[in-house]
Amino acid sequence: MTTQLPAARGDTMCRVPRLITAIASLSLIGLFFLPLWRVQLVAPQYPEGLGMRIGINSVRGATPNDLDNINGLNHYIGMQRISPDAIPELRIMPWIVALLIAGGLAAAVAGRRRVLYAWCLGFFAFGAAGMADFWRWEYDYGHHLDFEHAIIKIPGMNYQPPLIGVKQLLNFTAVSWPDIGGWIAFVALALALAAVVIVMRSSGRGSCPLHGAHHA
Amino acid sequence: MPRSRIMRFTIAWVALVALAAVGYACAPSGKSSSTTNLLAGDAAARVYVAPGSYDEYYSFLSGGFSGQVTVYGLPSGRLFKEIPVFSQFPQTGYGYSEETKAMLTTTFGQVPWDDSHHTELSLTNGVPDGRWLFINANNTPRIARIDLKRFETAEILQIPNAAGGHASPFATPDTRYVVSATRFSVPIPQADVPVASYKQNFKGTLTFVTADVPGKMDVAFQIMMPGYDYDLGHAGKGPSDGWFFFTTYNSEQANTKLEVNASQADKDYIAAVNYRKAEQCIADGKAKKFGGSYVHNVVDPKTGVASSETKTGVTMLYPADCDGLVYYLPTPKSPHGVDIDPSGEFIVAGGKLATVIPVHSFTKMLKAIADKQFERSIDGIPVLKYEAVIAGEVQKPGLGPLHTEFDGKGNAYTSMFISSEVVKWKLGTWEVLDRIPVYYSVGHIMIPGGDSRKPYGKYLLALDKITKDRYLPTGPEGSRSAQLIDISGDKMKMLLDFPTLGEPHYAQAVPASMLQPTSLKFDKLSENGNPFVTMGESDGGITRHGKRVDVKMIAIRSHFAPDILEGIEVGDTVYFHVTNIEQDWNIAHGFAVFGANTSGLTLPPGETRTLKWIPQAPAVYPFYCTDFCSALHQEMQGYVRVSPAGSKVALMANTSHTAQAGR
Repeated sequence: MTTQLPAARGDTMCRVPRLITAIASLSLIGLFFLPLWRVQLVAPQYPEGLGMRIGINSVRGATPNDLDNINGLNHYIGMQRISPDAIPELRIMPWIVALLIAGGLAAAVAGRRRVLYAWCLGFFAFGAAGMADFWRWEYDYGHHLDFEHAIIKIPGMNYQPPLIGVKQLLNFTAVSWPDIGGWIAFVALALALAAVVIVMRSSGRGSCPLHGAHHA
Repeated sequence: MPRSRIMRFTIAWVALVALAAVGYACAPSGKSSSTTNLLAGDAAARVYVAPGSYDEYYSFLSGGFSGQVTVYGLPSGRLFKEIPVFSQFPQTGYGYSEETKAMLTTTFGQVPWDDSHHTELSLTNGVPDGRWLFINANNTPRIARIDLKRFETAEILQIPNAAGGHASPFATPDTRYVVSATRFSVPIPQADVPVASYKQNFKGTLTFVTADVPGKMDVAFQIMMPGYDYDLGHAGKGPSDGWFFFTTYNSEQANTKLEVNASQADKDYIAAVNYRKAEQCIADGKAKKFGGSYVHNVVDPKTGVASSETKTGVTMLYPADCDGLVYYLPTPKSPHGVDIDPSGEFIVAGGKLATVIPVHSFTKMLKAIADKQFERSIDGIPVLKYEAVIAGEVQKPGLGPLHTEFDGKGNAYTSMFISSEVVKWKLGTWEVLDRIPVYYSVGHIMIPGGDSRKPYGKYLLALDKITKDRYLPTGPEGSRSAQLIDISGDKMKMLLDFPTLGEPHYAQAVPASMLQPTSLKFDKLSENGNPFVTMGESDGGITRHGKRVDVKMIAIRSHFAPDILEGIEVGDTVYFHVTNIEQDWNIAHGFAVFGANTSGLTLPPGETRTLKWIPQAPAVYPFYCTDFCSALHQEMQGYVRVSPAGSKVALMANTSHTAQAGR
């Protein structure tokens, strides 16, 4: 009974939101293996398309040679080489995701509402910052061209691919879209929000809807 | 002349002229009316392969005097590729580049041309498997293996103790052996003897080549045969597996004016060879060591570089020393094709001067051997009695039967050279079912899988020797043609006519679906084992060893690196080792140097090829990309400065392209 302090009781979570939180956290493990985003480039001479797969720790071609081939084509417009080694985020993001997983699991195990709220907020902030950062890199690649050595120079033209959607870049149609890891992240975020909503709704009643009793 | 007579005379004349005019109009006016009407129907739709769609079959046509192989799609008749095999091919640099020139090495030195006759797909259980294609060289006897992942020649083996490698390179059902038999009997071993001593001194050989291991083709054994002309061959299958059949002509052993002198006998022979017995006799020590040098050329799959090895000596079997090795089946008359039906029971001969198509029975042959139904014996080879082995004769098939293929539905199709037609007849009843004219003088015919255990009996391709009026004239040197015939119904139906390259003697085909999944798109640069490969932009350079200068260079859209070379002197031999470092399907480059006494190079992605150049005079020589690779292909060029011998110009190759082009 020593742990059942009134102040603590108001901060505890029921089993269902804890389970949801745990699932959401653990599903983020997939981000270490699966790409978040896909950029696909299609032109008449590239009927099979050239593709990039962007993950939390890698930027890869859709096939082993696609990234080199995209870089090869980009030299015509003076775009800097897309080199995963030059993108520090790819080294930082795995730690942030690991932290997110740990935070979510902590919220689930501890069953503390405040930890869940903080975790959900952090998750949301990370997602928004990640998207903004991705856009910034796209802007950088698309705008900061080496005009001194560029072979094709079109005044006013930039080659920023879309964050999400379709855009024509000279002969290429660029399609940018979440990949499987991205969808996992979205679903995880939705689950996190669902956990928060459940917790907030149950907090008024003071009892867990499915079990009728607190766990902790 | 009275007026009335003049009138009558005039009327008669007018009538005559009118009649003549009508007659002229009604006469068959070339082919335009007759054949186009016959083609009415759905033929156009049957051969139409819409843009972007694929053909149902890949066919491989021998090139005859081109020495190469051509790849056509069926049913469209579209030409996809000419695969260089026995002849230099400046289009790609085959036989010119340092990597490929060893492929044409023989004991006579580099032989830059040959006469390629018969394509043969590798077989598994008697059915084409799409791994390799074999083809023979007739003039300087050789057999080549083409790798069907690459559609490139991978290996060439010279055949010793032979002349005219015509009956070749037919395969056993498991591709354990491919064969080669002498079309021209010669003194074996060769000797300076009067040609008139033919009967005493001239011999033929049948050569069995091990073929089931890539890069390891070799002469397994040879059989010393009477001095006839050995024309074509085919392996048995099913019940006749273990036997090989060869046609012979000139059993008269004429040595001059063969046209007449080799056409006297009513019958020549099919030689039936029990090659399992040959293996047994060799194991029993009945073979003899025999001389003869030959060259084996192989492309190393790791480096992509061909090398040659000269070998000496073969295992020779004499029929007299190996009882049951060879039997002769009398066959009318000067037979060409010997074709085994899918069941393996019937042995069909194309007796080109015969009035019938004789068909032997394998079962009867075995019985005749068991019963010793021998007419006589020639050099230890029993001649079986014709009546004891014949299964039937196709009566009045046409004139000049040459070659037979099968549809797998109990029918056989025989080409008739002289009457210029394909004749369909029934196995077992020997009745003629249908005939269709072809244009003109058909040699071999081909049904995809039509000489195997499982024919795809949908199309037949007739390979014609003469075109005459079939096409608009293109000068005295015209083309040969092929005609695609639908054999899916009771009646053969002409679908398509297309010109061919060289003179295709025979062809093979398989469904495209068999080859498409394994066909290589490009080589991985990381696996390029060429000793002079350049892996990246800044890895190229120039080095000198005495008078030899090696230039290592990359090609990528749209530049070479290095692209300025200096310090080369007259008297140097320069090797340009150019690596296409592209790693994308179909992105090829080319390389040529002004004034080089050799062909240019084509450079498929990931490959290294080498051009040897001996500059003759001080000058600045441009080099450039010869394959329109990109929007800036015209900019893809460079310069070589050549200085007089003994100059003090420093050896230089600029590899600073990275900075210059932003890559």
